[in-house]
Amino acid sequence: MNLIAGLFNYWVVIFLMMAGFYNVIARGNLIKKLIGLNIFQTSVFLLYISMGKKEGGTAPIVAGADAVYSNPLPHVLILTAIVVGVATTAVGLALVMRIKEAYGSIEEDEIHQRDGEA
Amino acid sequence: MKERIVLRVFAKPLIPLILLFALYVQFHGDYGPGGGFQAGVIFGAALIFYALVFGLEKAQKVAPPTFLQSLTALGLLLYAGTGIASLVLGGNFLDYSVLADDAVHGQHLGILLIELGVGTTVASVIVLIFFSFAGQKQT
Amino acid sequence: MEAHLPVLLIVVPLLAAPLCVLLRHRTLTWILALLAAWTVLGMSVVVLLRVLDTGFISYALGGWAAPWGIELRIDVVNAYVLVLVALIGATVLLYAPASIAAEIPREQHYLFYTAYLLSFTGLLGITATGDAFNLFVFLEISSISSYALISLGRDRRALMASYQYLIMGTIGATFILIGVGLLYMMTGTLNMADLAVRLGPVLHTRTALVAFAFLGVGMSLKLALFPLHAWLPNAYCYAPSVVTAFLAATATKVSIYVFLRFVFTIFGADFAFAQMHLQTIIVPLALIAIFITSSVAIFQTNIKRMLAYSSLAQIGYIMLGIGLVSETGLTAAIVHLFNHALMKGALFLALGGVALRLGSVELEDMRGLGKRMPATSFAFVLGGLSLIGVPLTVGFISKWYLVLAALEQGWWPLAALVLLGSLLAFIYIWRVVEVLYFQPPPTDAPRNEAPLSMQIPMWLLLAAVVYFGASASLTAGIARKAAILLLGGAL
Repeated sequence: MNLIAGLFNYWVVIFLMMAGFYNVIARGNLIKKLIGLNIFQTSVFLLYISMGKKEGGTAPIVAGADAVYSNPLPHVLILTAIVVGVATTAVGLALVMRIKEAYGSIEEDEIHQRDGEA
Repeated sequence: MKERIVLRVFAKPLIPLILLFALYVQFHGDYGPGGGFQAGVIFGAALIFYALVFGLEKAQKVAPPTFLQSLTALGLLLYAGTGIASLVLGGNFLDYSVLADDAVHGQHLGILLIELGVGTTVASVIVLIFFSFAGQKQT
Repeated sequence: MEAHLPVLLIVVPLLAAPLCVLLRHRTLTWILALLAAWTVLGMSVVVLLRVLDTGFISYALGGWAAPWGIELRIDVVNAYVLVLVALIGATVLLYAPASIAAEIPREQHYLFYTAYLLSFTGLLGITATGDAFNLFVFLEISSISSYALISLGRDRRALMASYQYLIMGTIGATFILIGVGLLYMMTGTLNMADLAVRLGPVLHTRTALVAFAFLGVGMSLKLALFPLHAWLPNAYCYAPSVVTAFLAATATKVSIYVFLRFVFTIFGADFAFAQMHLQTIIVPLALIAIFITSSVAIFQTNIKRMLAYSSLAQIGYIMLGIGLVSETGLTAAIVHLFNHALMKGALFLALGGVALRLGSVELEDMRGLGKRMPATSFAFVLGGLSLIGVPLTVGFISKWYLVLAALEQGWWPLAALVLLGSLLAFIYIWRVVEVLYFQPPPTDAPRNEAPLSMQIPMWLLLAAVVYFGASASLTAGIARKAAILLLGGAL
């Protein structure tokens, strides 16, 4: 029982990671792939933040002398990683828009077909 | 057009509040949750909200894309410039302690400046991305 | 000022990039980028000389001492790769204006130089940093700007190639992020030198093993080791010529440096090879990479794609050298890292000249090119000879050390396989040489050589190919020092 309840956050991370990864691999629609990538990255954020929590710890903002704080470093790392994820998604979406303009479709198999015909 | 009236009336007092909140988040980053990226996104969201309710052309008059591109560059230059200023004043790169007379004020000033740079760049990038996506013709 | 050189290496192109956005002028932004790149080249050479003298340079960003702050730590291995990246970045930029005038719309040229400088910054940052998470950040900076650069190609397939690279590259970088997170979980630090020390007692835990696995797969994706290489041929083939030359000579090399850093310095050769049997994974994959990709290269009609597959084979050679885990093997790998960048850079620059004059890089369009573009064809032949490993070129030096390393361990079949790989290279290079020189040109096309601004960087790199092939004491000497440092484990 402790294996599931005690490690609950890691189970969530694994579930999200595999769901996102499956979407990236199995979907043919380019935007769905990007969403899968986002879910995959979100699971990594959860991994970092849940690793930083200390029992009884509060938010890492200075609030009096003897408060117990959660580790602020993972929070900072995740802020950076979120920005990186946003930038990647933006570039990916811009590429998908250009692909739609050039090919008329955002389904991977249709695009490969049109390349083969050309 | 009737539905739009509700949105427009609603948006007019709301957008300045969102902008104000963005500035609050920007400058309270060292006292509470906040900082450059978060504030930049909220600021950008306010401008995008304006574009969604009042139309793309009006929004582009408020924030012309060429001006936004220059803002992007200026934000990054502010960040890197603060670092170079620390170099010139004798510390290492991005060592804020040398920016003012004592270390604590120097750290305050340094963080304020770089977060301002980050906020500017993020806000302008978010709005630029929206403009370039929204400006596409429907196919 | 000299104390701040490590950070100035990264900051100078980082400052030049937004200035390019503000300037908006085609030629002025090029001049600015050129100034930035050549300044970086000068600074990196100074840093290399300092490091050869003193051992390593450490720079604390923000004045916060390591391991609490982010530290830039440059030893012989980094300095070598820094000089390489700076050299390629500066040389290819000389070539850029004439090449992109034909491939990218004029209004976007200033944005091209901006993205180029940002990618350059990212690569320099990856190499100079001594902090694992900072490495991830710079890795993403360089990758995202590469995705933008690749998508600028004329062919619409450049867009799909860039998208595929984006997906695979982001998965690779996220795996590296997971690995770094797990390492942080076990040791509480992100500084590479500190990680090396604190990881020792916890290397047997499952978390460390999983971290090793995630990092290994992530880095293999980025350096295009055999099964995870699918993004490379398309990305190199459809990108603009300048971008291909720049990325082919730097991006994978820097990823190989990251691999060396994590495997040898942070985890330690002992753990990686003795306990995790990395050798049994890398050596077969490298051999498969060499043979399959060289064989596929033989059947390509698009010469850029052929050279892309050839790059995959060369990465196989480098990983083979790493897999041999001896001083000579590692020397071979590191010196081939440098040499291959020079060779491939020159070859892709030559192809860019062909693309400019002919409008295509298909083999059948290049018939009789030896008469129409004699200098470029000769450059291609020279680069090809280096790929095969003919003496007096850098390719020979790399193959020599590799064969020596295999023989040292008594692995005769491996040495024979390396020579067989050279035979395959000979086949695909000869295919092109035959078409260039021994087939008549289609119509009486006049002599139309590539412009001088494109030839000078190409000949610069080829001069380096011949010079460092004739006298390898500098490059191989530094590579040997780097190999000893890595095997010794100390940072």
